[in-house]
Amino acid sequence: MDNLPILSILTWTPSVAAVLILLLPRLITSPEAARANAARWIALIATLVVLVLAIWMTVAFDETNPAYQFVERADWYGMIQYHLGIDGISVLLILLTAFLMPLCILASWTSVQKRVVEYMAAFMILQTLMIGVFCALDIVLFYVFFEAGLIPMYLIIGIWGGKNRVYAAYKFFLYTLLGSLFLLIAVAWMAVTAKTTSIPDLQAFEFTKHAQTWLWLAFFASFAVKMPMWPVHTWLPDAHVEAPTAGSVILAGVLLKMGGYGFLRFSLPMFPDASNMFAPLVFLLSGIAIVYTSLVAFRQTDIKKLIAYSSVAHMGFVTMGIFSGNEQGVQGALFQMLSHGVISGALFLCVGVIYDRMHTREIAQYGGLVNRMPIYAAVFMLFTMGNVGLPGTSGFVGEILTMQGAFIVDPVTAMVAASGVILSAAYMLTLYRKVIFGTIVNPALNDITDMNAREILIFVPLIAAALYLGFQPNIIFDQTATSAVALVDAFHANFK
Amino acid sequence: MSAEPHAASGLAETLAHVVVLAPLLGALICGLFNRFIGEKVAMFVATALLFVAAACAATIFIGHWNHSLHLPAKPIRLATWIDVGAFKSTWSIRLDAISAVMMIVVTGVSSLVHLYSWGYMAEDPHKPRFFAYLSLFTFAMLSLVTAADFMQLFFGWEGVGLASYLLIGFWYHKRSANDAQIKAFVVNRVGDFGFALGIMAVFFVFGSIEFKQVFDQIPQKADMMLAWGVFHLPAIEIIAFLLFIGAMGKSAQFFLHTWLPDAMEGPTPVSALIHAATMVTAGVVLVCLCSPIYEAAPATAGFITVIGAVTALFAATVGIAQNDIKRVIAYSTCSQLGFMFFAAGIGAYQAAMFHLFTHAFFKALLFLGAGSVIHGMHHEQDMRKMGDVARHMKITFVIMLIGTLAITGVGIPHTPFGFAGFFSKDAILETTFAAGMTGNTAAQLAFWMALIAATLTSFYSWRLAFMTFHGTPKWKADADHGHDHDHGAGHETSDSAHAHAQPAVAHVGEVAHDAAGSHDDHAHHAWHGPHESPLVMLIPLIILAFGAVFAGSIFYDAFVGHYAKEFWGNAIYTAPDNNVLKDKYSVPTWVFYAPLVVMLIGLAAALYFYLFNEGLGKKIADRKGLAHAFLENKWYFDELYEAVFVKGARALGDLFWKIGDGKLIDGLGPNGIAAALNFGSKKAVKIQSGYVYHYAFLMLIAAVALGAFILYRGA
Repeated sequence: MDNLPILSILTWTPSVAAVLILLLPRLITSPEAARANAARWIALIATLVVLVLAIWMTVAFDETNPAYQFVERADWYGMIQYHLGIDGISVLLILLTAFLMPLCILASWTSVQKRVVEYMAAFMILQTLMIGVFCALDIVLFYVFFEAGLIPMYLIIGIWGGKNRVYAAYKFFLYTLLGSLFLLIAVAWMAVTAKTTSIPDLQAFEFTKHAQTWLWLAFFASFAVKMPMWPVHTWLPDAHVEAPTAGSVILAGVLLKMGGYGFLRFSLPMFPDASNMFAPLVFLLSGIAIVYTSLVAFRQTDIKKLIAYSSVAHMGFVTMGIFSGNEQGVQGALFQMLSHGVISGALFLCVGVIYDRMHTREIAQYGGLVNRMPIYAAVFMLFTMGNVGLPGTSGFVGEILTMQGAFIVDPVTAMVAASGVILSAAYMLTLYRKVIFGTIVNPALNDITDMNAREILIFVPLIAAALYLGFQPNIIFDQTATSAVALVDAFHANFK
Repeated sequence: MSAEPHAASGLAETLAHVVVLAPLLGALICGLFNRFIGEKVAMFVATALLFVAAACAATIFIGHWNHSLHLPAKPIRLATWIDVGAFKSTWSIRLDAISAVMMIVVTGVSSLVHLYSWGYMAEDPHKPRFFAYLSLFTFAMLSLVTAADFMQLFFGWEGVGLASYLLIGFWYHKRSANDAQIKAFVVNRVGDFGFALGIMAVFFVFGSIEFKQVFDQIPQKADMMLAWGVFHLPAIEIIAFLLFIGAMGKSAQFFLHTWLPDAMEGPTPVSALIHAATMVTAGVVLVCLCSPIYEAAPATAGFITVIGAVTALFAATVGIAQNDIKRVIAYSTCSQLGFMFFAAGIGAYQAAMFHLFTHAFFKALLFLGAGSVIHGMHHEQDMRKMGDVARHMKITFVIMLIGTLAITGVGIPHTPFGFAGFFSKDAILETTFAAGMTGNTAAQLAFWMALIAATLTSFYSWRLAFMTFHGTPKWKADADHGHDHDHGAGHETSDSAHAHAQPAVAHVGEVAHDAAGSHDDHAHHAWHGPHESPLVMLIPLIILAFGAVFAGSIFYDAFVGHYAKEFWGNAIYTAPDNNVLKDKYSVPTWVFYAPLVVMLIGLAAALYFYLFNEGLGKKIADRKGLAHAFLENKWYFDELYEAVFVKGARALGDLFWKIGDGKLIDGLGPNGIAAALNFGSKKAVKIQSGYVYHYAFLMLIAAVALGAFILYRGA
């Protein structure tokens, strides 16, 4: 089994499914519904296969070994290699991707009726590219996956999105283009200077302090947009609002994590001096992000926009933790990324449940849902509490550890971040009150039905994950500890 | 969670497992499976498990008290929670005098409240949910008091906050309850903001968050300074101060007290359990538990003394001008918590814990007694609409009288005769005076403020008793009882009248229909005046009444008397120069009698205003004087906070959103570029699909160019 190219299989299985799905119109000429159903089933089976493989990979992963594992390496083009491998930092992000995808397919089962074949194919391709990002050990390969991933996402928003999808897509395009151009130039310069595109080799290469500064800024431009960090965050609320439910889940659950992953994979190990030098800047921007976007979230009238702004605030904890450069901060940031993937994913799915019924995201259109949807009310409450970081949910562990990490370096930043914890309670509980509590005022809600079996099935794994990780977070830390400690040690050894 | 092998030894360990886990089991069974096993069975299981837990807790407490049971020196380790570097937290059960006292208080009151709720909540359609929340609260509170590190403490701390939130808003149709539950959670979060930072500071300074490891290192770290921005401050003082911010939130101390009176929107059993006897005392527990820290932080201890004394006095002044029976008791709770805090502040942690202990009995008694009155008065909470209830509710009256005698501190100095509150309050006043004699200015201030507060306590407590139970009846016994027709006013003030708020949904909801139906049955038969509550409500009251009478005299010696050192063991640390507990015997004689005198003054004033000259109080209120308005409006704290924080947050949110994101970031960024490139919206639609290919194309070109470039340079 040792020679099985598990990472390649993981990466390309969804693409095979995508090809199958795209061939469907030729295989099933009519009726349309049969074709759509076949596409759904192929997608679901493919994502489940990937999930099983990802679990198998996680189990087989040796968490005591700090080196890259399951490495595959083949010449591709010049110095660029098809080079894959994972360590404790990427292994769980792959698992998270594999975990969320079947739920996304299930969530789209009935709510997407337009161009189902293309929709499912786009998601399958997206999954290939997302897993590829976390596996890639060649910086050019990484760049290709990283940037190409935007195309299916862009299509998902642009074709299956809401009313203002054009504007949202435009913003999305502009920001990411800007970021990726800088990244591209930096990658080229690094390849030329270090004479290698291999990530492990680049991590070992010592760039001069001067070069680090510029490279760090170029990478930062790209990853900060992706996180997103203040002040390049405004594309996210629009993208979320317009995206279909499953698109939002993937956007919040996985795509935002690529920025944090990038900081951990490139910025910290490759540019330790610059990371150390710019840490106060990141702290400042993270602090602003947490307070600023929390206050903005407080004023939103659109449920999705509120949760999107809340995402920006929660990503602020991630950047703060990463650049604290200590074990608590880095481990906390990794945990926060995984936890946010589960909780914000679940929250967007919660919005999807009522959007499918009412076709509005306006908070004012709701109220008193608990009277008709008690199960939904309970589920929504659980993830609301997760989002406000209640101990016992996964949301708490990441927040407290990233704050602890920051506190060790700069108590003032930790203090600013902690004030975000007050604000998150204010906006989330107010949202919950407006949507769930009270009496039903809008007559359209009189006949609204509670969650059906398919919807409950979607939430069961998410509830289990949010609670289990809340009470037993060490299942994560056991996997990440070795790599995180190695990263932190190398970081401190390098800049001192 | 499985116990490690060595944990199996010892009766105390076994009992402690049951105490902590039985309520959790009850909450899960009652909350998740009530649909399958039936409402009654679910409620019975939850109640029974609580009584089992209470029996075990009593065995531990009594055993420790009379030395028949040895508490293990080390916490019982159940499982690892968080383990990142040295940041290590373990799910544990810590057994010491503090946790033994708190376990019996929590499970004792909780089990009685479970029982009481069978009667009080009889007509509610969501009983299993209520019982599940109560049990969940109990579990969270127990995990708080048995924590062996700051993280588990924080888990319980926020866990009880969640339960409090859920229970305050239990009647979710009521807008006022919804607002109150959010206020409670958010104000508590303000406290938790300090608490969390305090924990981070603890880890930073001590490299651990486990109590024992932290406390053992305090002597070495006494002179350590901490850089906080541009400031350099003593590390221990910072930690002590931040942790106390948490305590202020949870225990509703001055500045962070505003949520507690509003929390009375919850059902009355909740008020008794959470907002009187247990949760709100968590702050006091925190300070006593961290006595090694506070003994090394004199400045913060002085701050605690002042805040406690100010709260004690402030809440008492507000208490005299409230008309809602529950709000009077709520402010009374706030005030009594202030007593506990300044006691802890001057170093008399034992006296603080003693008052916490006796207060749990008589305050739970007062709340549940008030609940009995509210139940009997057909959901009326306004004391101005009561009067002469004693004749109709004799047992409730006697019980409330006992509660009043206990809270006002009636007893004879130097004898074992007195109600529970007498012993604990006197212990606090005497130790505070003793601390003042050593030159502690804050303690001197606290002593005099506390004496005034005690006078006011006596006044408002007797006022409550007279307005409710005596004088002329202000209610009319007939079918046209006021609020049956007055839905709006009715549900605003009365806590059990949730069913009245139903008209909007009564025709749509199955559940809501039940509620409205049962209400209708209840409301349309004639109301024959106040009636005594059922036995299931009276039994808990009678049990608590015994505690309110005897808890003080029985446990005085152990808690604050000659055996205190032995009783508390290592749970409470007092510095070698802290002798307040001994010095309290050598205060001047008049100090012993002062509480009794001020109690009589308060009683006399209440008699004059509310019994002999009934209506005089109303006349003063009707004059609408400035002073009265100031007190009735609670010193205008809500208005101030609303204007500054709520409106401020809204304004900032709008500013950041509309100006910051909208005009500046988007205006200069994407929209500005769009305008500059003259992207009209029509054009944008046309080339909408073009973007994708645009982008893909650009990326491909870039990748190819990059590859070629590298190839070229690499060759």
